Amino acid sequence: MIVFNEVGKRYINGYEALKNVSFHLKRGEIAFLTGHSGAGKSTLLRLVALIERNTHGQIIVAGQQLNRLPDHKIPYLRRRIGMTFQDNRLLADRTVFDNVALPLIITGYRPQEIRRRVRAALDKVGLLSKERSYPITLSGGQQQRVGIARAVVNKPPILLADEPTGNLDPNLAKEIMGLFVQFNQVGVTVLIASHALGLIKSMGYRTLVLQQGSLVGDTYPRR
Amino acid sequence: MKRPFLRPAPETPRRNKPDPLIYGHVWLLHHWYVIVSSVGQIARAPLSTLMTSAVIGIALALPMGLYLLLENVQQISGEWGGNVQISLFLKQEVPENKAHALADRLLQKSDISTVQIITPAEALEEYRTLSGFGEALTTLETNPLPFVLILQLSTQDLSAQATEHLLTELNQIPEVEIAQFDMLWVKRLLAILQLVKRGILLLATFLFLTVVLVIGNTIRLAIYNRREEIEVYKLIGATDQFIRRPFLYTGFWYGLSGGMIAWLLISFSLWILADPIKQLTAVYYSQLNIISLDWLSTLGLLAGGSSLGLSGAWLAVSRHLKEINPF
Repeated sequence: MIVFNEVGKRYINGYEALKNVSFHLKRGEIAFLTGHSGAGKSTLLRLVALIERNTHGQIIVAGQQLNRLPDHKIPYLRRRIGMTFQDNRLLADRTVFDNVALPLIITGYRPQEIRRRVRAALDKVGLLSKERSYPITLSGGQQQRVGIARAVVNKPPILLADEPTGNLDPNLAKEIMGLFVQFNQVGVTVLIASHALGLIKSMGYRTLVLQQGSLVGDTYPRR
Repeated sequence: MKRPFLRPAPETPRRNKPDPLIYGHVWLLHHWYVIVSSVGQIARAPLSTLMTSAVIGIALALPMGLYLLLENVQQISGEWGGNVQISLFLKQEVPENKAHALADRLLQKSDISTVQIITPAEALEEYRTLSGFGEALTTLETNPLPFVLILQLSTQDLSAQATEHLLTELNQIPEVEIAQFDMLWVKRLLAILQLVKRGILLLATFLFLTVVLVIGNTIRLAIYNRREEIEVYKLIGATDQFIRRPFLYTGFWYGLSGGMIAWLLISFSLWILADPIKQLTAVYYSQLNIISLDWLSTLGLLAGGSSLGLSGAWLAVSRHLKEINPF
């Protein structure tokens, strides 16, 4: 589903955020991406969603070669990738319902369908009762879950999460990670960037380790 | 005959569910949604909206109003302006046969193309209908007006020495009381008006540019204020057209409301000016119709305003959306 082939990212100022990274994440697989801050975790996720373009190598996402994807087709790629962000990126002046509905609105769903799907997504993350609240009134964990609901509401085949447990206490973090595992169990390919090493280890899934832009580890758990 | 597989059993669930995406009317629905929300956004800041619209309105009203004024002046002077002609006012005691003889004599001259005789009775009649003093004139016992000969010159050149020479020559004819150019000032005015028209065109160009820039700047600020929202839209896969749409509508509304304000300003100004203009023109010509904004020019004003708004918004959006990451 996600293939990296000797991928590098060098910025104009010469800084190399990623060097020669190769891995293959199969359809329906779940993996963690870990490493110290500044190791290139976020950059890697941004390359997958074409928020930035790689400067070396080749990336294939959902069968599409990103190097050859013209700018005007990027939105359609992003619609097939659900993404959550460390800072959630919710719109403060919209209700939880409206925030989650955004991906459906831009795609052009019918209002009834939007209501049905948004409620289903909010129910899945346990926030159906908060649909009329504004994000600012929610706790950090709840906001993260709204972000997850928004990422999955249009049922994308790929889910990317950037530090989803960043500022959460261990119990909440575990709960959030549990949500991603649930989505993976229904066939979604999931890639989670996180530096919560202990939590990742305890969950027992494939883990990619980045160090200063290079992939230094790709460990599968013993089954 | 066996036809077992032709039809599925009635209790079989339908395979092809109706597609949740029906683009045609959803697209319209979204446009409607954007229209409503862009109006809402404008209405939430009434004062700043009014100020922006007023700037646009004044910028549109100025050239349009000047143009209308010019049209009116041209209409008046066009009525008066014909060709170069000289009026010969004959002396009071000159009788009709002498006037005719003089007219015949003048027709022989090469620089005079036609001669028209206006009898005192005709002159009085014309004066009665055109001056607005009809009632007062009926009290006159005798006609105080002389014969008048209207000479149409074959030349159009006013500055030519020959014309001046002709005028002095005509003044020396014994039957002639006075010879003078008709409406010479109107001729000059028409020439000046051509110049003024150019000036207004130039002014209009600058002011239209102002409208585009004002709207462009307003939209730029709106884009800046909603930067976060645009970023999120881009991240979840909104197309550029989708993101652009509300801003284009906002520009359109600004332009349209500017056009409406311009219409109000012009109508108000014409209303204020109508009476003095009527009084002034009544002295010369009583049947003046003031050219005001008809429905066609009203439509043009509104369409012009909104298309300027749209193009200003388009400029701003296509410039500034690219600056917002992710691309």
